[in-house]
Amino acid sequence: MSSVQQTVIYEEAMDLKWLEEIYGIPGGSKIKDCIQCGTCSGSCPVSWAMEEMPRQIFAMVRAGMRDKVLESTTIWTCASCYQCAARCPQEIKITDIMYILKRMAIRENKPRSKNARAFSQTFVDIVNKTGRSHEVSLMARYMLATNPLGAFASAPVGLALLSHGRLPLTSTKVKGIEGLRKIIAKAQQMGGE
Amino acid sequence: MRYAYYPGCSLEATAKPYQESVVSVAKALGIELVEVNDWNCCGATAYMSVNEVLSFCLSARNLSQAAKTGDVLVTPCSACYTNLRKTEKYLESFPDVRQKVDTALSEAGMKYEGGVVTKHFLEAVVEDVGLEAVKAKVKRPLKGLRVAPYYGCQIVRPYGIEDGADNPMMMDHLIEAIGATVTYFPMKTTCCGGSLMGSRSEVAMRLCRNLLLCAQQDSADCIVVTCPLCQLNLDVYQPEINKAYSTNFNIPIVYFTQLMGLAFGQKSEALGLSGCIVPATKLAAKFA
Repeated sequence: MSSVQQTVIYEEAMDLKWLEEIYGIPGGSKIKDCIQCGTCSGSCPVSWAMEEMPRQIFAMVRAGMRDKVLESTTIWTCASCYQCAARCPQEIKITDIMYILKRMAIRENKPRSKNARAFSQTFVDIVNKTGRSHEVSLMARYMLATNPLGAFASAPVGLALLSHGRLPLTSTKVKGIEGLRKIIAKAQQMGGE
Repeated sequence: MRYAYYPGCSLEATAKPYQESVVSVAKALGIELVEVNDWNCCGATAYMSVNEVLSFCLSARNLSQAAKTGDVLVTPCSACYTNLRKTEKYLESFPDVRQKVDTALSEAGMKYEGGVVTKHFLEAVVEDVGLEAVKAKVKRPLKGLRVAPYYGCQIVRPYGIEDGADNPMMMDHLIEAIGATVTYFPMKTTCCGGSLMGSRSEVAMRLCRNLLLCAQQDSADCIVVTCPLCQLNLDVYQPEINKAYSTNFNIPIVYFTQLMGLAFGQKSEALGLSGCIVPATKLAAKFA
């Protein structure tokens, strides 16, 4: 027997507190203006790889389906190309709202945010240390954190870059790193949203 | 013409050829690029996923450093460009964000005053220097070279150049100005997958395959790009794409500055052309 999909959600299942939180974030309240036209889904170059289309995600957000939204692979498939945001007739900053959802999923340790969390965290750690990004350290540490065996698969790419002089092994450090760290610490203390 | 210059982290590493060609071309055009003192990483998209205020702080620090050099900040990296422009807009529109950023910057005795305009190097060339001045520098018109103009996403929307999010023409005109032919390339602003190449490579590979196919269909000799990440995905991963899709693409991915340099009669060594993984040597030899 095929499984029955729940299409009705009762009011008590809506996470209204979460909805209010989203509306309170800069740009977040624009979600209320969504007319479900689907321009975002039609414009998205990666919608074919998503579980829920962007339009569906916005309907789900407004229905307060917090866990389903934050556990969806959709938010991690968004490549931040801004095509949807450029075309949205209601001028909703869709890409930026995807970032809001990504941050929430990371904060709540949602299982599907694992890779992105590892990548972002590695990146943030490196920049906190030197003030600049260093691609060698970034890729090496990311691979070790997520997929140590996959590191071999991506070796040809690394070697090609290295042999073409595009992978310096050392990185430059910001001179005012102490000040920068203070800025970072303060921003972290104030919270992301 | 004098600009504050923000190269960004990629231009010191995977996009070193971009840096070399930007410097060569700027020199030929009489553009003075003064590197922003002690700039830091723009945060790329990673910081935005972790902490938005932090991301704005990073760009605000760069903008306030840039203000010491000039009113116009130029960057060749499309991702840095978007972050800088987005920061300008958010600090203008959302007082809450501005206040948090001000508080954080004051920890290091810095202040964001605003007033610095960020431009992509492509804008500086086409809008400020102008195509007539570019034409005047051409020594070897790239006659017969068929070029697919790939703008990518970050430079055209939504904080980007005011040249249309769907059909920008700025680079098309530039390519014509240096004597080359623009091919029919309707995917000029379609995403390459960006950093998904790291986190969901099967998705990014398919997007890149589509772009290469589109370029091939109108017999492009090369794809010209404005962004380090587009270059990396299309060039460095082209052999992987060929493996995954049983294709045999062999399309050099060059920066617009590299093509300009060739047309200006500059040597390919000065333009970093040997940095292309899919060799651009034949292409360069034609015009050397």
